[in-house]
Amino acid sequence: MKILMKGNEAICDAAIKAGCRAFFGYPITPQNEIPEYMAAKLADSGGVFVQAESEVAAINMVYGAAAAGVRVMTSSSSPGIALKQEGVSYLVGADLPCVIVSVSRSGPGLGGILPAQSDYFQATRGGGNGDYYLPVYAPFSIQEAMNLVVKAFDVADEYRTPVMVLLDGMLGQMMEPCMLPEIKASNYDNSWAANGNSGKRPRNTITSLNLKGEGLEAMNIRRFKTYDTIKEKEIMVDNRVQDGDEVAIVAYGTPARIALNAIEMLKEQGIKAGLVRPVTLWPFPYDTFQNLTSSVKRVVVCELSMGQMIDDVKIGLAGKLPVSFYGRTGGMIFEPEEVAAYVKSCI
Amino acid sequence: MATKIIFSGFGGQGVLTLGQLVADIALNQGKEVTWMPSYGAEMRGGTANCSVIISDSVIGSPIVLNNIDILLAMNIPSVTKFFDKIKPNGNAFINSSIVTPNYMPTSESVNITAIDASAIAQKANNARGANMVMLTGFLKQTNLFTIDEIEAALQRRFKAKPELVRPNMDAIKLGLE
Repeated sequence: MKILMKGNEAICDAAIKAGCRAFFGYPITPQNEIPEYMAAKLADSGGVFVQAESEVAAINMVYGAAAAGVRVMTSSSSPGIALKQEGVSYLVGADLPCVIVSVSRSGPGLGGILPAQSDYFQATRGGGNGDYYLPVYAPFSIQEAMNLVVKAFDVADEYRTPVMVLLDGMLGQMMEPCMLPEIKASNYDNSWAANGNSGKRPRNTITSLNLKGEGLEAMNIRRFKTYDTIKEKEIMVDNRVQDGDEVAIVAYGTPARIALNAIEMLKEQGIKAGLVRPVTLWPFPYDTFQNLTSSVKRVVVCELSMGQMIDDVKIGLAGKLPVSFYGRTGGMIFEPEEVAAYVKSCI
Repeated sequence: MATKIIFSGFGGQGVLTLGQLVADIALNQGKEVTWMPSYGAEMRGGTANCSVIISDSVIGSPIVLNNIDILLAMNIPSVTKFFDKIKPNGNAFINSSIVTPNYMPTSESVNITAIDASAIAQKANNARGANMVMLTGFLKQTNLFTIDEIEAALQRRFKAKPELVRPNMDAIKLGLE
């Protein structure tokens, strides 16, 4: 049965059902319901909740739990995610799985608490040192957020990598009917975990330190081979562009829902447009843009930022079609009428 | 066809709860629904508000900024902020205990229902139930839900404290008289 849940809380239920047994976090709006809910619920499932003294401490606690082979999650918002970046790089360097939920607000700096998407670069390019990427999932409904949190845990374990679920503040705060997703039994290997073995197997060592150039290079090449597999198997995109559509509107998260309303309005005015909604922001669905149906003559990217995902759209299109951008920032949200009027002005 | 509703009042008047109650009723009717709070840095004494969209089909944007179908306003700042954004032939349910005649808006295109909610709630010995009394606006002016559906939603909400259902229903019934 469907129940009405707030995005931030629905994510927690999905995480616990997916086997999350440790959560470490530090408060920041607009994601405070996540640590609050985990504090109330996780112990009932035999899990551990700690409110750390800082974001930096929280992400390093995640490292510890992940190293012990426990399904672990943390969450934060824009400036808090910035503080966690060092730890994320170490998690990648040590091949440790975890789920990081980022409920973004407006920036730069402390910015504001209203929703924004100006952390696309932060999510997909990261701020930690070294050669790395994280799989990043961007849901546009609370049901999809629940489904993707479950998927994030599986992908993290399968490929031994941190995985990010990126929401704008609206998805965290809003309520929508949703259902706990069914959980498939996932069979992942965690024989690498440093969880104590009473001398029954060789010692497991978990570290990101590798002082021998050849060794570190080999590890990096091996990790990028894993990234190739992720690119091959894990790309998700919701492509609703149909034959006859003149314009493809590209948006993710809540703005994709606003774009759907704009597309309806354009239809009433005789303009055919369709939505392309990347669900994985990394790996990005570049091929979708090479394979857009031939009726599409223009691409319009809509983001709650000054334009970040547009760079990936341009890489995908490789100059094939003209690209325009419409965005609002600072916590301001575009209305469907605005998007429709902008699209109309482009053609 | 979507119905866009704003619930607005002082923090503490129960407008967010009221929005959730209406959203829960809609969910139980099998409708699509979204509930979105304003979570900006609101001042003490300012407005708290949430928007609810009820629809027969999948809801796109969950945000209500304009073209409001129904405004439920429990204080003067709520009227100031949202009244002009109600669409023609829309409804305004206004708490006339607080929004005194001097501040009561007039309009040729909006159907205004003044509800003496705080006074009625006092009379029902449930001063905190003014938000519930405001629901009588929906019962009188719309077909969105019935009083029985409100009661069922209250029973779901107060599963752990069933004794709270009756005083709230009493306030609503007094409001209907």
